[in-house]
Amino acid sequence: MALPIYASTGQKIWYYTFRVICGLVFFYLIAPIFVIIPLSFNSGDYFTYTPEMLALKKEAFSLQHYYSAFSDEWRIPLINSFKIAIPATIFSVTLGTLAAIGLTQSHVPFKKAIMAILISPMIVPLVVSGYGMTLFYAPLGNWFVNSFGMDETSVRFLRVIFAHTVLGIPFVIITVTATLASFDNSLTRAAANMGAGPVRTFFKIQMPLILPGMISGGLFAFITSFDEVVVVLFLGAAETQTLPWQMFNGLREQISLTILAVATLLIVFSVLLLVTLEFLRRRSERLRGVEMVQ
Amino acid sequence: MGDNPYVIFDHVQKSYDGKTLVVKDLNLEIQKGEFLTMLGPSGSGKTTCLMMLAGFETATYGEILLGGKAINGIPPHKRGIGMVFQNYALFPHMTVAENLSFPLEVRGMSKAVREEKVQKALDMVRMGAFGGRRPAQMSGGQQQRIAVARALVFDAELVLMDEPLGALDKQLREEMQYEIKHIHENLGVTVVYVTHDQSEALTMSDNIAVFNDGRIQQLAAPDVLYEQPDNAFVAQFIGENNTLLGDVIGFENNNAIVEAAGGIKLKALKVACGDSGQTQLSIRPERVHLGAQDENVVDAKVEELIYLGDHIRTRLTVLGNSEFVMKIPNSTKQNMPTIGETVQISWNSEDCRALDA
Repeated sequence: MALPIYASTGQKIWYYTFRVICGLVFFYLIAPIFVIIPLSFNSGDYFTYTPEMLALKKEAFSLQHYYSAFSDEWRIPLINSFKIAIPATIFSVTLGTLAAIGLTQSHVPFKKAIMAILISPMIVPLVVSGYGMTLFYAPLGNWFVNSFGMDETSVRFLRVIFAHTVLGIPFVIITVTATLASFDNSLTRAAANMGAGPVRTFFKIQMPLILPGMISGGLFAFITSFDEVVVVLFLGAAETQTLPWQMFNGLREQISLTILAVATLLIVFSVLLLVTLEFLRRRSERLRGVEMVQ
Repeated sequence: MGDNPYVIFDHVQKSYDGKTLVVKDLNLEIQKGEFLTMLGPSGSGKTTCLMMLAGFETATYGEILLGGKAINGIPPHKRGIGMVFQNYALFPHMTVAENLSFPLEVRGMSKAVREEKVQKALDMVRMGAFGGRRPAQMSGGQQQRIAVARALVFDAELVLMDEPLGALDKQLREEMQYEIKHIHENLGVTVVYVTHDQSEALTMSDNIAVFNDGRIQQLAAPDVLYEQPDNAFVAQFIGENNTLLGDVIGFENNNAIVEAAGGIKLKALKVACGDSGQTQLSIRPERVHLGAQDENVVDAKVEELIYLGDHIRTRLTVLGNSEFVMKIPNSTKQNMPTIGETVQISWNSEDCRALDA
């Protein structure tokens, strides 16, 4: 919005002040993240900007922390993080989408109460739900081991996956419910009228149209699982150490700048993931002409 | 009515809340190949009837038969009925050709057969070149044609249309009315059409069922409905109508003698009036003439003259009713009345129907 010609002095002052405030807000949000990026290229082992770095001396910078970031110590937690985040995302999207569809049907009773319960993992402090999950999943895990003969390691992974599914579902419910609000129910009627059963109608008509919501929700669910440390600390064991778990331990036990290198890689990865998926989502929306039809 | 109706509503009732009936004891027979319109104001139960036929609503009581079989227990996707929705309900993520192909895919037809049928259906609605477009890239009228083609592409014998022209502008609406009528004539499908627009109903239908308050008020061909309405609601709802209130005081052959305001006695065709008591007389504006040449002659005060080219719409006060309208043909301009003047007007008793009050 450009400043109109008739703006008074007061309006002009506010116009520029407003822009400065916005800039400060962005700085406040982003600076703490960006400050670690140059630090991760530090050739020393200190968590501070050395005078040599500030003088931009070449020997003050190195990639040594990045080399150690790809050592086994960090690679295994990275793989574990994916092993947990990917299935947890798939479960969250499947269950969350089904729940959202159910919650938008007019004949379902107690919709608000059900919604509140399903969203609650997002609101309840993680320490509380993490502790609750520990109490709940320990006997459940034992039961899996004893009844199905599953090995301990898989059960431990499964516990974290289930816990992260629960944490991811609220995001999927919220985003899919939002896309369903603009979904025209006469489309499912039209499909039925043309002879398509409920399953075909869902996969051919409804799902393609709510896919953008499912993708957004899935993205949030993935990031939630990928970044999550509290529940992993409660439920996890040595086998299930994830990247955030390893970082947390690293910070507590031995202060190594490798953490900063890993953090930088994670930032780059998250940004790329967000940008790519947002691009895909917009592209599919545009192709489907969803935004133009009401 | 023939012997083998294609669609039968047999004592159908519908209630959404278990208390009030939206459809009250509906009985209706639709012949194969018929174009039947359900016409009525909003909330009259016409759309509910259509939805029950399509299978999206279930009848609370009574049976609906299609081709001799009760369909109450058959889900919508197994009924094989085509439908055009009010908002077209085209699938936005599919092209026009994919939209039309969808019901054929469901029926497991091969690609070659599908393509041929889709092209034929598109040509029928004169949209042959639009197969690759998406619904969002077309105008309302074009989307409407595609919706019609999609309802017909899988050779459904019964096609339901739920106010399909409601969103179009007047000129396009009239054009589409003729087009749908011609498609119906060419294909011989049975069409059940729902609308609240009476001129649309009159233009297109073989028969019109006038709905009000959950009941069919009259089921008849358009001309019968207009010229011989059975009751006051139908007379008011279809076309323009003048009403005069009076009391029945006797009968003479087929006519009722009615005493109107000021003690003036009028003769009117006995249709739905009681043997005594109040009646509502219904006269179409074009059946009223200037001058005293017809049977019933009354004095009228001219209130308003509106020039409409071929005729002059004249509003009069007749027997206390100041909304009485007649149409004076433009050819009689030489003795045109002036505003405020009192003139004599007259009509024949067979054009005046004594209905329920």
